[in-house]
This record gives sequence, C-alpha cells and structure tokens, in this order.
Amino acid sequence: MKVSPIKIALRLAAPLAAAIFAIIVSSIAVLATKKSPVQAFSTMWEFGTQAGSLMEVVNTATPYYIAAIAIAVTFRAGLFNIGVEGQLRLGALFSCYLGAMFVLPPVLHVLAVFIVAMVFGGLWASIAAYLKVRRGVNEVISTIMLNSLAGGLSAYLLSKRFAVVEEGSNNLQTKELPASAHVPDLMPLLRTIGIQDQPGGGVYGMFFVAVALGLIFWFVINRTRFGFELRATGLNPLAARFSGVNSKTMTVSALVISGAIAGLSGLPEVLGQTHSYNLGFRAGIGFTAIAVALLGRNSAGGMAVSALLFGFLEVSSRALELIDIAPETYVIMQGSILLSSVIAYEVVRRFELTLQSKELAKVVAI
Amino acid sequence: MKILRYATMLIFVLASIRVLTGVSNLTSAGTASAALLLSIPIVLAALGGLFSERAGVVNIGLEGMMIMGAWAGGFIGAKHGPWLGLMAALIFGSVGALVHAVATVGFGVDHVVSGVAINIIAAGLARYLSTILYQGGSWPGPSQSPDVDAISLNGLPVLSGGHYFGWKSPDLLGSLAQNNWFFISDFASVLRGLTGDLSYVTMVAIAFVPLAFFILWRTTFGLRLRSAGEAPIAAESLGVNVYAMKYAGVLISGGLAGLGGGFLAIVAANHYQENQVSGRGYIGLAALIFGNYRPGGLLAGAGLFGFADALQLRDSSAIRALILFVVLILIFTAFKGFKSGNQIKALVSLVSAAFSLWIFFTVEELPGQLVTMTPYIATILVMALASQRLRMPAADGVPYRRGGMR
Repeated sequence: MKVSPIKIALRLAAPLAAAIFAIIVSSIAVLATKKSPVQAFSTMWEFGTQAGSLMEVVNTATPYYIAAIAIAVTFRAGLFNIGVEGQLRLGALFSCYLGAMFVLPPVLHVLAVFIVAMVFGGLWASIAAYLKVRRGVNEVISTIMLNSLAGGLSAYLLSKRFAVVEEGSNNLQTKELPASAHVPDLMPLLRTIGIQDQPGGGVYGMFFVAVALGLIFWFVINRTRFGFELRATGLNPLAARFSGVNSKTMTVSALVISGAIAGLSGLPEVLGQTHSYNLGFRAGIGFTAIAVALLGRNSAGGMAVSALLFGFLEVSSRALELIDIAPETYVIMQGSILLSSVIAYEVVRRFELTLQSKELAKVVAI
Repeated sequence: MKILRYATMLIFVLASIRVLTGVSNLTSAGTASAALLLSIPIVLAALGGLFSERAGVVNIGLEGMMIMGAWAGGFIGAKHGPWLGLMAALIFGSVGALVHAVATVGFGVDHVVSGVAINIIAAGLARYLSTILYQGGSWPGPSQSPDVDAISLNGLPVLSGGHYFGWKSPDLLGSLAQNNWFFISDFASVLRGLTGDLSYVTMVAIAFVPLAFFILWRTTFGLRLRSAGEAPIAAESLGVNVYAMKYAGVLISGGLAGLGGGFLAIVAANHYQENQVSGRGYIGLAALIFGNYRPGGLLAGAGLFGFADALQLRDSSAIRALILFVVLILIFTAFKGFKSGNQIKALVSLVSAAFSLWIFFTVEELPGQLVTMTPYIATILVMALASQRLRMPAADGVPYRRGGMR
C-alpha cells in the first residue's frame, strides 16, 4: 500500500480532533461549576504523573484491557458481547470458591484458578451463543439479561452457599485463597530496575497476563486462519459463508472465547490484593471496557492506549477534590472522548473513500 | 379479537393455579395495578424503539435516553412540579436522541456503537450533574433528587370507583372482586387493578399505543417513516426525504424513552435515584423485538415483564406458583410436538416439565436473590420461544447515505 503524506495526516487527524473536542466539552463542564479548567487539567496532570499514581493507573487499566479484548473478539466477528460484566463476575466468584478448596504448587494453582474462571465465563457466554444460533435471539439482548441474572445468581451463591463467616465483620466473602493461588506483586521486580517504593503502591502481577493476552489476540486475529475467518465473518458474513466459513461455528466460538477471556478480567484485583470474592467486588469493569474497546478500535495496541488513558483519567481525577471540583468530571471526559472519536474515525474513513474513488477516477480516465 | 381470547385464557389458567396453590396474589387487583405501573416505562421505551427501528435506526441508546429523562424528571420535577418535570424528561430524552441521530444518520456511525456510547455518557452525565447539584442540598444524598409532588389518581366511572367533579362513582368491579367466585372474581379484580386508581400519566401513556399504530400505519408520515426503514433507496427515489424521516423517528424515540424515564422518577417513585432505570431501556427493546416490531405485540411483551416484576416485588411465594404455569406451557409444547411428529422436542419438553414439577414440590421457598431474577428469566425464555417467527424492518441498522454511497 502506498503511504502518502495525506494518509498519515488523516490517521493523526481523527484522534487529534477527538481530543480537542473532548477537552472543549470537559472544559465547559468545569466552567459550569465556576472553576478554572486550566487549573483542573494541571492538577490532574501533576497528580496523575506521580509514580504512585501511575502504578494505580496500570492496576486500573489491567482489567479494562483484558475485558476489552474479550469484547473485541466478538466485535471482530460482527457480534457484540455486552455480557462481559456478568461473565467476569461469575468467573471471579467461582474461581475464588473452587480455588480455595485445594492446594497445588504455586504456579499450577494460579493456572488452575485461571482455568476455572475461563470455564465459568465461557459457560455463561455459551448460553447466549446457544440462544443466538439455535433460537435466533439477538446476542445484545440476551447478554444484557444474562448480566442481570449473573448479578442475582452471584449474590445468592455468595450469601447463601459460598460465604464464610468472619468474626467481627459483616462483609460477606468467600474462603481466602491459599498463598499458592496468589499472584505476586511486581514491586520486587520494579525495585531491581531502580523504581522506588511508593506509599500504597504496587503493580498487580496480572499485568503480564494482560500483556500476553494482548499479544495472543494480535497474533490470532491477524496471523491465523481462525482469525481470518473471524474477521471475514465480521466484515461480510455472506461472502464468508460462500467461501466455506461455518457462520454458526464462528458465532459460538467467538462468544465462548470472549466469555472465557472475560472470566479472566475479574481476577487481577482478586488474586493480587483481596484474595477472596466479597461484596465489594468492583462493579462496572465490563461496561467501561466496551468504551475502551470502541476507542481502541478493537486493535491490541489501540485498546492498550485507551485502557491506560481511561485508567489515567479515573485515577488522576481524584485530585480534583482538593480544588473543590467534582471528581466525577472524569466520566464526562471519558464519554466525550468516546463519542467524538467514534464520529471522527467515521468522518476520516469517508474522506479516505472519497480520495480513493477520485484516484480511481484519474486512473480510469487515462 | 385474538387478544381478548388470549387474555381470558391466561386469567383462567392463573385463576386455576391460584385455587390449586392458594397464592391469592396471582390475580389480585394489587398485583394487576403494580404490573401496569411497572409496565408503563417499558411500554414507553418500546414505543420509542418502535419509531426509531421502523425508520431503520437501531436504538440501543434507549437506556441512556431514559436515564436522562429520569434525571430531568426528578430534578426539574422537584423544582417546578411534576408536569413540567415530565416535559423536561421528554426534552432531555430528545436531546440524547439528537446526539444519536447526528452520529448515526448524519455521520453514519454504527448504530450499536453510538447507542452504547450514549448509554455510557448519559449515566456519567446524570451522576456528574447530581453530584454538582447536591453541593449544599437538603435531600438525603448525591445519588438522588429531592422529592417530587405526586400526580393525582383516578379510575373509570361506575366500574372502578373513579371521581369526577366531586362525584364519587360506585366501584362495581371492586365489589365483584371481593366475592371470591372462581374466575369471575379473578377477572374482575384484574380489571379493577388495570382500570382503577390510575395516574393520569398512565392513561396518556396507554393511549400512545393505539396512537402509535395510527401514526405509523394510517398516515402518510407513517408510511414514509416505515419506507425509510424498509427500503431507503427506493423511498428516496420516490421523493421521500429519508434523512428527515430517520431524524424524526429517532427524535420521537428519544422523547418517548425520556418520558418513560420521567415516569419512573415521578409516577412510579417520587424522586430520581441513581440506577433507577437499571436496564429498562434494554428490556423495552426486548419487548419490542418480542412484539415483532408492532404496537400490540410490544404491549404484550411489556405487560409480561411488568407482571413478573410485580409478582416478585409483592409476593415471593407467587413465583413458586408460577413454576406451575411453566409446567403447563411445557406440557402444551410437548403436546404440539407429538402432534407435529417432532418426538425429540416433545420428549425434551416433557422431561423439563417433570423437572419443573419436581422443583415445585421439593422447594419450599425460593431465596430472595433468585426471585428478583424472574423478570429477566421470563424475558430470555420468551425471546427464546418467540424469536424465530420475527421479521425486523429490512434496512434496520444499515447506515444510509443519500445516493447509495457508503
């Protein structure tokens, strides 16, 4: 493919336009409360770039990234799994409950917990896959309903079946995972490359899992036959079917793989910090991850950047409280970035198409 | 009158189950009235979906538009009274819809992507605005609005004890319902629940269903709007302004969804509360799909959800009785399977029926967390049973460019 300066400029134009639009919108939001946007942004930047905050950014971004990969698998196949929230909740719950029942050598135990999470996430998603393939139920609707069901089911299982009673605490939680199932913090590793300890700092070991998943995702989607068929189904289902791709198999495998990956995305905090599933399990990862996947355009690199961006906004906005601005401003920033970038990419795509057809017209005219 | 026949059958079956199990709430006026109250927001959302999808724009953003409506209804309703609150809900919903329309129709962004973006933004915006407004507020917390004045209730004259110009009418259905005659009293009490002590907003919302049918299927505007969802290129060639039709459909959609949100905040509750909408926009969409993109069908879908929701809220033992209902449906499908020669399907249905019956007899009481799942299970089951005979508008969800450019 020919690389022209116009094309490169276009590639850069979309994110740039989106960023400018988002900055304008969030400035208006800050101005509406009679505060200075410049002060708000500089406070966020100052706080967010401290070493301790950056570690937290990475910790926040890790589950977003894994969940976004899960969603991207279905997006690439022309499907949409909104059910990541439910799948990761059940994956985390069952991996804590079953993982605490046995003791294995350190690495093996963690792997076993991963498998449990993937199996339950995948099983939950397979309900939607069955309904889609056999009963023709739109997966968007069924996965949303399954989210509500997962919420009810996990609340029931935790309170009535899985919880252990701790004395002097009314927080329901599963039995604590044995040390062999803990994923160690990356701090000792970071110290060897000269990074100082930070108050409250630490980076979840699952960070490496997220990176590995990103690489696997990139490789499978772009360099294997399965990935090609998946993309073909997403881009042109009819053409894919006529070239011999079984669309039902593709639907089922995309949804089940997505569910399995989603199951993993609930684990970074559980295996790295709390070591049990409790009532305070972080909610909303699966929904924010949709935005991360959309913003990152379902590519491994793009989603990594957008996961880190979302994590950065979330963590750094906490400092806004110090200058008396609602920290919830970050939600406005995330939302406006998402919407404006989605539109900007579409405009650029259109513009490129027009350019192409003009070039084509020139060639044909001669 | 197919609907009337189905309704009679349904009440007859429920009445039988009531007699068998002694769960009086299955057909009580209270359950019927709660079911109606819980159905209305879903009906409004589904009607919104109807206008948008008939114009060819998939609207997953209904959820977000409802959130904006609920927020506006709560906060503006608390300040300026419930009626202005409902107006504000309608306007806020339309503003959300305008964003969706600009993104999908104007820029050709994927409909699902834009809808999801709107849901995320609306939830964030509502939270942000509530937090800001709470600073120095006197109400309980930053996640809710101050209380809104109630809108008064009324019922049908003579039948359900309405009051008109100072005249208190008799309550025929109410007195019939007290008699405890099998089926007749059940029928009367369900009707009493559906027609008595209604909010005026409920009456208006119900009137929207036939109105939507009239607009979409009996007016020129409706024909043009539907043509934009079925065959936009053909419509354009006949002089229909497809863009305008799509904008109109999406804007009406947002107004109705916003009104549904406002209903939640003002009529179903008396203030806005974070997570008040909790998926009702999506359920409205499911009701619309279940109803095969038609007003009557979506009413049935929303009613089913409202009934399941009302039962689980009022009486958790009624859910156990509902298992008998499932058994009956399964036996019915088994019978149909045997008749049409599909032995495997029939056997599977029979086995599931036996299994459900076993659950009914062994489980004394369902735990609360599982009972709350009833409406969602009902939605999934109904979708699984109904999805195969559905037809959505032919060009639904396809981005349209004038002149066929992509």
